[in-house]
Amino acid sequence: MKNTTSLFRKAVVGAALTVSASAFSLAQAADTVKVGLMLPYTGTFAALGNAITNGFKLYVEENGGELAGRKVEYVVVDDESNPARATEVARRLVTRDKVDVLVGTVHSGVALAAARVAASTKTLMIVPNAGANDLTGTLCSPYVFRSSFSAWQPSYAMGEELARRGLKNVVTLAWNYSFGTESVAGFTEGFTQGGGTIVKDMSLPFPNVEFQPFLTEIASLKPDAVFVFFAGAGAAKFVSDYAAAGLNTSIPLFGPGFLSEDAVAMGGAGEGLQTTLHYAEGLDTERDNAFRTAYAAAYSAQPDVYAVQGYDAAQMYHAGLQAASGDPSRKEDIIQGIQSATIDSPRGSFTLSRAHNPVQNIYLREIKDGKNVIVGVVSESLEDPARGCSM
Amino acid sequence: MDFASFLIQTLNSLQYGLLLFLVASGLTLVFGIMGIINLAHGSFYMIGAYIAFVLTSATGSLMLAIALGIPLALAIGAFLEWALFSHLYKRDHLEQVLLTFGLILIFEQLRSILIGDDVHGVAIPAFLDMSIQLTEVMSYPVYRLAISAVCIVLAIALYYVIQRTRLGMMIRAGNDDRTMVEALGININMMYRVVFALGVALAALAGMLAAPISSVYPNMGSSVLIISFVVVVIGGIGSVWGALVAALIVGFADTFGKVLLPEISGMIVYLVMAVVLLWRPEGILKKA
Repeated sequence: MKNTTSLFRKAVVGAALTVSASAFSLAQAADTVKVGLMLPYTGTFAALGNAITNGFKLYVEENGGELAGRKVEYVVVDDESNPARATEVARRLVTRDKVDVLVGTVHSGVALAAARVAASTKTLMIVPNAGANDLTGTLCSPYVFRSSFSAWQPSYAMGEELARRGLKNVVTLAWNYSFGTESVAGFTEGFTQGGGTIVKDMSLPFPNVEFQPFLTEIASLKPDAVFVFFAGAGAAKFVSDYAAAGLNTSIPLFGPGFLSEDAVAMGGAGEGLQTTLHYAEGLDTERDNAFRTAYAAAYSAQPDVYAVQGYDAAQMYHAGLQAASGDPSRKEDIIQGIQSATIDSPRGSFTLSRAHNPVQNIYLREIKDGKNVIVGVVSESLEDPARGCSM
Repeated sequence: MDFASFLIQTLNSLQYGLLLFLVASGLTLVFGIMGIINLAHGSFYMIGAYIAFVLTSATGSLMLAIALGIPLALAIGAFLEWALFSHLYKRDHLEQVLLTFGLILIFEQLRSILIGDDVHGVAIPAFLDMSIQLTEVMSYPVYRLAISAVCIVLAIALYYVIQRTRLGMMIRAGNDDRTMVEALGININMMYRVVFALGVALAALAGMLAAPISSVYPNMGSSVLIISFVVVVIGGIGSVWGALVAALIVGFADTFGKVLLPEISGMIVYLVMAVVLLWRPEGILKKA
C-alpha cells in the first residue's frame, strides 16, 4: 500500500511538472518570433552571408532584441550556396524548425528553390540579396518579398547610362547562372534601347575564376567598354586580372555594384571603376550616417550593401509584424503591412512594387582611394518590370 | 580572331594544359602502376593550394612556401600510402572508391576546421608580379609564363626519371607485370610508396603554383579531380605521355571553346573525350 501511494504521488508530481513545463514552453512560444536565417557561411559568398546576418541582427538589437514586442529567436543554417541542397535546407527550416519567416539567401539558384518551398508552404520569405528577376517575376508569390533588388535594376540603369554617354560597342561577360545572365539581359535592354550594340556575349561557369581566355578575346575585339557581372572574391579577382592584362588603361570596365564591393582587396587595380547599385558609400544622409555609425560600433567593420539589405529585411518584417499586432500567424496582415510600408532604409526610403520588389534609386559609384564613392543618381525610383508576374 | 590573339590564346591553352598535366600525371601514375582509383587526388591539389596560402602568409614568400611545401606533400603522400593505401592493393575498386571518397570528406572538413571556409588569395612573388606588353591593348602576366616554364621543366624531369633511371625502369616494369618484378627481388612495396608520394607531390605542387591565379577556396579539388580523370581517360590509363597529350588537348579545347563556342563551352571538353574514346576506346596512348 505504501508503495502504491508513493508511486501515485510520484505520478502526480510528474504530471504537474509536465504540465507546467509545457505551459512554460507555450508561454515562451507566444512571446517569440522564429527567424530562419538561410544564408551562405562558407564558400565564395561567406562574407555576404555574414554581413546580411549582422545587418539583420543590428536592427533587431536596436529594437531591444524584439520585433513588435516579440523576442526574436534565430535558426541559422549554412546553405553553402549549393542549389542542389536548397530545397532540402529550406524545407527543414519550414517544417522541422517551423520558422515564422525565412530570410535567405545570396545565391539566386538557391533562393529560387527556397522561394518555391516558401510559396507552396505559405511561409513568409524575405530575400535579402538574391537578385534573380523570377523571384519577383514569374515566380512571384504573396509570401515572397525582397529587401534587395532585381538583377534587372542596376544593370538596366547602367545600360541606359552608357548609351547616354554615346558608347557604341560593348562586350559582356558574366557567370553563367540566372543572376549573371539576367544582369547581362538587363544591361543589353537598356543599352540597345539607347542605340548601343553588344559585340559579343560571353560567360563562364560559377564560381570559375580563370578569366585569361576571355581577357584575350576582349583585347582582340577592342570594344568601347566591357560590362561584366561577378561578385564576392571572384569580382576582386576579375578586376585584378583585368588590370594585370593591361586592359584597364585602354577599355573601361563597368558592371553592377557587386563588382566593386570588395574595393580594398583589389588594391590599386580597381581605381576609377564605375558601377551601379541601389546603395553607395558617402550618401551622407542622416539615416545612412546613423546606420553606419551603429554598424561600425557593433561589429568594428564598415557596413556594405549586403548589411543594408539584411538590415532592411528586418525592417520589412518588423513593419509587417506591427500591422499584425505582433502575431506571426496572421500572415495576411503581415503581407498587407509590408506591402503598404515605406521602408526607412539607409539607402533612402523605398516602397515595394506589386511584385514585392523595392522601388528604389540606382546610384552610380566610382572607386576612389579604395572606397565606393557616390557619383550621382542614374535612375530615380526605378521599378522592376516584374515580367511574368500575375499578382 | 586575329593572329596575335590566336597566339595569346595558344599561350593560355598551353599554360592551362601544362598545369592540368601536373595534376593528372600523378593520378595516372597511381592508377596505372598501383591500380588504385584515387578520388582523393583532387584533395591533394587543394591541400597544395592551402599549403601555399598558409606558408606564404607565414613566411611572406611563395617560393619559400613551395620549397617547404614539396617535402611536406611527399611526407603526406608516404604516410597515407603506409597508413591506408597499402591495404588497398589487393582489394577491388569499389573499396578503393569508398576509402578515397571518404578521404575527400575528411580533408575538406579538416580544411574547414584548420583554415576556415573563406576564399583566400595568394600573393604573386614580387619579382614575377608584372606583365609583358604583347599587343597594343593586351599584356600578359609574367607569373603565368613562369608557371608554364616550371611545368615544362617538370615534364622533362619526369620523362628523364621514367625513361632513364633505375627507378623509372622499375616503375615501367611494375606497370607491366607486378609479379615478375617482385620475383626479381625488387621491393615493390617501397616502390609503390615512392610513386604514391610522387603523385601526391605533383598534385600538391600544381595546387601551389595555381594558388595565386585561381585563388584558394573550399571544394577547389573537386572540379580539378573531374577534369583530371577526363585527361587520364583521354590519354590512356597509366600513360604519362598520354596524360601530357590529353592535358594539352583539353587545355586547347577548353580555352578556344570558351571564346569560339561560348554556348557549349561547358561541355566541349566532354565532347572531345567522347570523340577520342569512339576513335580509340583505350585512350590515345595505352601504356607508359
